[in-house]
Amino acid sequence: MTQQAPAPERLGPEHLIIFDNVSKFYGEILGVNRINLTIEPGITSLVGPNGSGKTTLMNLMTGLIQPTRGRVSILGITPGDPQALFRRLGYCGQFDSFPKGMTGYEFVNAFLGVHGYSRKEADERTWRAIERVDLVEAAHRKVAGYSKGMRQRIRLAQSIAHEPEVMILDEPLNGLDPMARAETMRLFRQLAKEGLHLIISSHILHEVDMMSDRVVLINNGYILAEGGVQGVRDEMEEHPMQIMIRCDRPQEFAARVFASDNVVEAQLHADKQGLFVKTRNAEAFYLLLNRVVIESGMNIETVAPVDDDLNAVYHYLIGSNGGGQA
Amino acid sequence: MSTMIGQRTVERTVSRTDWGLWLRQIRAIMRIEITKNFWGRRALLIYLLAAVPVILMFLLVMVHPEGGKDISRNWASAQEVFGYIYEYLILQTIVFFGCAWIFMNLFRGELVDKSLHYYFLCPLRREVLVAGKYLSGLLASGLLFSLSTIGSLVLLYYARGYPANVNFLFDGPGIWQVFDYIGITLLGCLGYGAVFLFIGLFFRNPIIPALLVYGWEWLNFLLPPVLKKISIVHYLHTLAPVPMSEGPFATVVAPTSPFISIPSMILFTAAVIVFAGIRIRKMEISYGGE
Ligand SMILES: Nc1ncnc2c1ncn2[C@@H]1O[C@H](COP(=O)(O)OP(=O)(O)OP(=O)(O)O)[C@@H](O)[C@H]1O
Ligand SMILES: [Mg+2]
Repeated sequence: MTQQAPAPERLGPEHLIIFDNVSKFYGEILGVNRINLTIEPGITSLVGPNGSGKTTLMNLMTGLIQPTRGRVSILGITPGDPQALFRRLGYCGQFDSFPKGMTGYEFVNAFLGVHGYSRKEADERTWRAIERVDLVEAAHRKVAGYSKGMRQRIRLAQSIAHEPEVMILDEPLNGLDPMARAETMRLFRQLAKEGLHLIISSHILHEVDMMSDRVVLINNGYILAEGGVQGVRDEMEEHPMQIMIRCDRPQEFAARVFASDNVVEAQLHADKQGLFVKTRNAEAFYLLLNRVVIESGMNIETVAPVDDDLNAVYHYLIGSNGGGQA
Repeated sequence: MSTMIGQRTVERTVSRTDWGLWLRQIRAIMRIEITKNFWGRRALLIYLLAAVPVILMFLLVMVHPEGGKDISRNWASAQEVFGYIYEYLILQTIVFFGCAWIFMNLFRGELVDKSLHYYFLCPLRREVLVAGKYLSGLLASGLLFSLSTIGSLVLLYYARGYPANVNFLFDGPGIWQVFDYIGITLLGCLGYGAVFLFIGLFFRNPIIPALLVYGWEWLNFLLPPVLKKISIVHYLHTLAPVPMSEGPFATVVAPTSPFISIPSMILFTAAVIVFAGIRIRKMEISYGGE
């Protein structure tokens, strides 16, 4: 019986979303691997390129798929208990699909009925949700005739209509015009202020960084980085790049470049015909390389980034606009 | 703070076996399913199918120049002929394929439309979803094919001529025959419905298993006695109000008494539905790797 509110880092599992060593394989194909993640209230963005495993993580949280290994717990509830979980969780998935033949109103209202609400309460909640996404005028039109942005919004309304504490939103800004986008982001911030957990996925960090309390970067089924937006951005920008150089006098080359600030590490290759260099600033390093070659008359065979894919991913995630803020 | 969490826990355990909630949820599911599947153009095919026996009887009785008189003159054999029409056309074809279409689509259709997840994301036990969907299929198919059965019988009795038909119906065995036929139709929907719900839920391509069941049911009369009893048509056949031979090639099995066959059908159905309820808890939805 303590009087103090729990400190954020002491929140118990009934306030957290926890992935405990979770892996998911689709047959042979890797979905996500060895995910350990604890998500606190507030807005958490899940950022990664196509096929990185964002939807897989979200489907695991909602029990649409089951982990091959490990466990997931949402506010202390397992996804195997839908009757408890979905009173408190809403999921707006990525798929732009609907039950056939319904109007926007019917769509939201029908599933509130399945929740078990009375007709009157379902009706009230339906209108409240539809108002929140600004679709009152179109409510009695068939969803099949909606624009993509309207369909996105009515799905959002459907997932918030029961007023859940945890909202999972898979690329919710997709297909929205700038106005609807700003409006939707405002709604998310409002919901977060009301104390909700929001988990939002996106391809691009700068799309969501302004509103996120926390980001999780994911690629190829692994978590690359997680934490506050600025921290993650710094980590990405400082992420050292590894370059392999093949030359005739690797030891001399190592000694020359190691003096530079831009080189974090230089390591001889086992066959003594080359070396690995780690740098935080590739462009500066290439300039340095040119100078060394001219000064020493060294014979360079090849220069190649080792983890090109990963670098491409980082660049992609930071995005052209995002990087230029500093 | 801690009291709030305490309350939630209580709320959660109390709601575990909340029959009132489950019934409300089943009603809501039935409302969705009936409007979606049996209202509008999509349902036209199934209505046409149900109309086939009525149309056929109509042609036989009203359009065929001698049909009506024949029935009236040879009432005993007309009843037997109707027995065959009922069993082979109505039960083994119309009800069979009607139920195949209706019940296989309950889940398969939503997987194809990518809309099943909306149910899976409700605070709804998946077993309750199975029950709700099954009941909506049962309501629709039962109503539709009972009407089809009644429509065919009305035409048969019409052809018998007044007042013989009224006497047959109310002073003779007539009304019980009507109830028998409707009862068999309903049991057919019950049993075939369970089988096809199961097939639609767990087979990626349900057409092949459905055709296998069809073949099995049609060749039932040839099967050895033990296997014969593993079929829906066997039990329904023994319930027929007008006794019929299965033809010269049939294996002979002592008819099962209705006191066995009706409970067996219901038990079988319950077992299939319970098994489906257990299996669906493990079901995953990810609509392929798009
Ligand atoms: N049902 C499935 N069967 C086989 N592989 C799948 C399936 N669903 C996802 N995958 C694979 O798992 C990996 C992660 O996919 P996931 O859909 O989670 O990525 P994502 O980050 O959501 O991508 P996107 O941005 O395109 O939505 C991919 O390699 C994908 O091909
Ligand atoms: Mg995705």
